[in-house]
Amino acid sequence: MAANKPRTSSFSRNVGVVPTSQVPGLKHGPNGTVFLSSGIADLDKILGGGFCLGSLVIIMEDPDAPHHMLLLRNFMSQGLVHKQPLFYASPAKEPRGFLGTLPNPVSLKDDKSREHDTEQEKTLRIAWQYKKYFEDQNLDSQKDGKVEYCSDFDLRRPLDRHALSGQCIDCVSLQDCPNLATLYDRCSTFLAQIPRFDGNITLAGRISIQSFSAPQCHFSDKEWDMLSFIRSLKSLVRSSNAVAAMTFPPSLVSPTVLKRWQHLADTLLSVRAVPDEDKDLAKLLTGYQDMLGLLNVHKVARINTQVPVILEATTYSMKLHKRRSLVLECLNQAPVDGSSGTSHATSGSCSVSSKTGALDF
Amino acid sequence: MMSSNSANNLLDEALGFNDECGGGGGGLLLLIEDRVETSGAFILHHLIKRRLSSPNRPNDVVVFLSFAHPFSHYDRILRKMGCNLGVQKENKRFVYYDMLNLNYPDGEKGAEDLLLSVYGKIQKTVELCSSREGYKNSTIMIDDISLMEVALCGSSNLVLDFLHYCYSLATQFDCLVIILNHEDVYSTVDVPSPLLQMEYLANIVIKAEPLATGLATDVHGQLTVLNKGICQGSGCSKSKIRNFHFRVKENCVEYFYPGSRT
Repeated sequence: MAANKPRTSSFSRNVGVVPTSQVPGLKHGPNGTVFLSSGIADLDKILGGGFCLGSLVIIMEDPDAPHHMLLLRNFMSQGLVHKQPLFYASPAKEPRGFLGTLPNPVSLKDDKSREHDTEQEKTLRIAWQYKKYFEDQNLDSQKDGKVEYCSDFDLRRPLDRHALSGQCIDCVSLQDCPNLATLYDRCSTFLAQIPRFDGNITLAGRISIQSFSAPQCHFSDKEWDMLSFIRSLKSLVRSSNAVAAMTFPPSLVSPTVLKRWQHLADTLLSVRAVPDEDKDLAKLLTGYQDMLGLLNVHKVARINTQVPVILEATTYSMKLHKRRSLVLECLNQAPVDGSSGTSHATSGSCSVSSKTGALDF
Repeated sequence: MMSSNSANNLLDEALGFNDECGGGGGGLLLLIEDRVETSGAFILHHLIKRRLSSPNRPNDVVVFLSFAHPFSHYDRILRKMGCNLGVQKENKRFVYYDMLNLNYPDGEKGAEDLLLSVYGKIQKTVELCSSREGYKNSTIMIDDISLMEVALCGSSNLVLDFLHYCYSLATQFDCLVIILNHEDVYSTVDVPSPLLQMEYLANIVIKAEPLATGLATDVHGQLTVLNKGICQGSGCSKSKIRNFHFRVKENCVEYFYPGSRT
């Protein structure tokens, strides 16, 4: 019967046998790209779906606070939940110890009470924040037992042992690398095991490098070597089904090298501490007391396209939802006391005072 | 509002390229400068299409040295702009050199060898093309120079040497050399930077910058084009600076004067 015949046409599309959307942890993006989740649902949404396969994500640290670790933890845990091979390098002597701090997804029994609370909270959110983002909260999660694209991680609970055992996890201490060529070879060996078929991606890998130019590393004063490594890593990752996330302290490199580093990034983020007890900030922003820190999105990966991503806001507050899950929220100006006289009411792109010049509403 | 699909958009006018002249004119160096906030890569894409799509120059060749992206990236982008790089590559009109997957560099000596091998390839390609019938111009493009500098272990001298070689090749074979570099990498450097030397050498400098008011969804940035004057059929034109805004789309780029976009 004609209905059973496969439809043929002269146009051929490069589609694999297994649709990528059925591979847990991966989803199609625009322009032939494939995304994997950052492990933080809000960040995935801001970035248009997640981290693009083949891209290099760079996170600039703040020496005053370890918030970049939160991003890395979620990133790494998400990979392990989806059984994606993981490569982790850090300046610590025993990097494997960090795996014990990775968060576990919120368990199902917590979900039921969470749903009930979410319903109630929805009405509150409408009233106070006029935001519609919560409508999209559950788009990607599915209740029929399938693995979610982005898990909701409970930062208070360590990852279950079974998620770690039997996984392909490669840990390297940067102190053990006499030079960067060694580290490059380790990354190259790791990526070689991830199959690379253009039309049919069945597995993706994650590389996580923490505090790359930290002083404990032998190469921290060799700026050109570090740039060379990053360029080579970027090329490696670009030709493989993987995402590399790297954090580094920008204050420890010279300004010109910092700019080169920023240009090398496909996606560029930075985290900043929020000073405790800053009365001016407390007056300016709602929910200031609950903020852990600030996340800035400087650049979003533009693979296979020339159109830049212009975000409505580039600074987000990092908060803990129910004291366990990392959420990102747009900054909202607190209602202004009419007697002060000089402020603007809407959260537009105008800056209010020189103190908040670095914040972008 | 003019799109790049029409014969004359603001960028092409500022560059002074037109089909009769070909824009080559005895060797030209065009420098594109951009910043982290505003990428200038779209100008490269526009120029690739212009150089490959002209009906008056069916045998012209674009030699593309990529340190930044694989072929598939440019292929997809140009396809949306109506230019099939795959076909052009097969027809040897688009010669793509992948410099991404180089061997891990082993110091200055390795860098120099690399430089010589790269230049040798370009020279051979250009010489071969120039011997073809109907040849008018070649275009040599580098994306981007700052990555080349990293690949050459930070030796800006080697990069400048390379540019000088390309420039003399361009003069000899009537080529256009187009390079992309990042202005903000050099703006923090006190000593005379390689960028200044490139700006001095260049006949045309295009700067892509964000707007002073920051980023916006309908205006992606501004271009400042300094054309030091190229010789056209009727004589040499004076140095001109033009400034206008742009918005990048998938299939074209809109260029417009501030406030004139409807």
